Amino acid sequence: MNNIILEARHISKYFDEPVNVKILDDISFIIGRQEFVSVVGKSGCGKSTLLYILSTMDTAYEGELLIGNEIINGKKEQELAQIRNQKIGFIFQFHYLLNEFTVLRNVMLPALKMARHSENEIKIKAMEKLDMLGITHLSGKMANQLSGGEKQRVAIARALVNDPDIIMGDEPTGNLDKKNRELVFEIFQKLVNEYHQTLLIVTHDPTMASISNRVIEMEDGKILRQTKN
Amino acid sequence: MNYTLIFSIARALLVSRLRQTLVAAIGVTFSITMFIALLGFMTGLNKMLDSLVLNRTPHIRLFTEIKPNPVQPVSIYQPFRNHYNFISSIKADNSRDKIYNSRVIEKILRQDSRLAGIAPKINTQVFYNDGTVNLTGALSGIDVAEETRLFNFQDYIVGGNAFGLQSNSNSIILGKTLAEKLHANTGDLVQVITPNGDRFPLRLVGLYQSGLNEFDKTQGFASVSTVQKLMGKPDDYITDIQIKLKNIAAAPAIAREYAVKFDTDAEDIQTANAQFETGNFIRTLISYAVGITLLIVAGFGIYNILNMLIYEKMDTIAILKATGFAGKDVKLIFIFIALSIGLAGGLTGLVFGFGLSSLIDQVPFHTASLPTISTYPVNYDPAIYLTALIFSLATTWMAGLFPARKASKIDPVIIIRGK
Repeated sequence: MNNIILEARHISKYFDEPVNVKILDDISFIIGRQEFVSVVGKSGCGKSTLLYILSTMDTAYEGELLIGNEIINGKKEQELAQIRNQKIGFIFQFHYLLNEFTVLRNVMLPALKMARHSENEIKIKAMEKLDMLGITHLSGKMANQLSGGEKQRVAIARALVNDPDIIMGDEPTGNLDKKNRELVFEIFQKLVNEYHQTLLIVTHDPTMASISNRVIEMEDGKILRQTKN
Repeated sequence: MNYTLIFSIARALLVSRLRQTLVAAIGVTFSITMFIALLGFMTGLNKMLDSLVLNRTPHIRLFTEIKPNPVQPVSIYQPFRNHYNFISSIKADNSRDKIYNSRVIEKILRQDSRLAGIAPKINTQVFYNDGTVNLTGALSGIDVAEETRLFNFQDYIVGGNAFGLQSNSNSIILGKTLAEKLHANTGDLVQVITPNGDRFPLRLVGLYQSGLNEFDKTQGFASVSTVQKLMGKPDDYITDIQIKLKNIAAAPAIAREYAVKFDTDAEDIQTANAQFETGNFIRTLISYAVGITLLIVAGFGIYNILNMLIYEKMDTIAILKATGFAGKDVKLIFIFIALSIGLAGGLTGLVFGFGLSSLIDQVPFHTASLPTISTYPVNYDPAIYLTALIFSLATTWMAGLFPARKASKIDPVIIIRGK
């Protein structure tokens, strides 16, 4: 069972406002090691909500969530933060870098938080990740001096710095132009094929779906079908 | 907990909003400056007023009150034992104004470790003679050395030399106003007439100014032995024993103890000057109230600025949380921000407060009643500075607590999805 990275068991979620709506209805699936899974569906089908539950940031739901065979339900806020720090890398639609810091510092931050290595080791590691994404030349710049595409690549480097079990993305290409989008696709493929990284990406983008190993299609809070590419 | 990381993030957030944080810090600086200047000035004034009266007042005074004997012979007389006695218009026996066994009492007192020292004294009424005019006045026989050591006698001598009393027999120190009335300068002879009618010429060796004009108009000082000689009394004749304690607060208890032990009257300083402490207390209270009010206002400033910072940095907080910072870490970041504003503002305030205090200290302040004071009195007690620093940290910590807690509770999902 060591190859299961993440497992959702009968996850349901309700929104109470303005009226009681079931936004997720009995979602169950498994993500194995080195899988590239994309979740697609229309706006409002609950795919982002699902992602935030799987990311441990949203804890108000029914059902069970396991990350690496460990049951997440009932853990304390601090333990969840630690799990996010060590096991999950995040990429958001709006890059979300800290403008107060340089690119290098942004990438280093989750590793500094984990504090498992010395600052120098972390610096070397962060530079490796930047090198892997071809953006070492940006390392000294402040985050707010970058273009959108550059920011997203820095965000990917930050997601990778702690060598997480899984990288989660919420529309990572949703805000990018065609050229940068293709660049991100390339990076994701490289991550899966060369670095054996596990990815779970929520997306609208058909290209993203087409390059992934498995597509989970959602509608009205339910899994409509799962297709393997 | 990785404090260096937390601190570096706090610093980055601070620097990104340098102007606002500077304004907040200046608020703290201002209030700490005023706090220190105010308290330094107020307690300085208190100390000065203390020294005006308390420093030269004995903590305990032993004396024999001239009063009717409460136990009259008729009540001791056996055959009338079971009767009621009514005696009207009892008179005091005037022969007993000295302290009995003064030598023994002094000897015992000198061995009491609670005492800082004792000074014997003789108080008597005299006339000061100027040609045909006799001025009523008081003459005190004192031990100049002890009086100076315990009650700062020397500080109030404005002309001549206090120790002239010791070196010349038949010498006198007069209140400055009294000397002016008598047209006497140091070195002149002053005629003193005792209650018994004897006239003595005494050499004026010094002028005394207490600051209390009523006192300076009537008071003279001579050595104990000179006064004894004037009054024709033996050398154990003492009317007062003045006691200075190591701990002034113990005065009432020790006074009661001595009254019983030595069978004399004993008056403690608290009873004699009750209104004094009340005044001190009220002044200190007002200074603290004003100082703390200033700090609370500065605290609200910090509270506002931190709140604003949190709204501005929602994204940053959300991303920190998403990448593994717990609510506790975020709270700590904002507490750090608040405390560094408090510390920076507070320390600058200490320096400015010291500066303002020294400035006040330079302002000339002359008053006839205070011969030893030439500028405004200021207290540089380190305790004031320590209190100010602690207060500044405490208020900024409190001001930071609520915004920090709010930041720690921010739900990253709402922020990240809300765009």
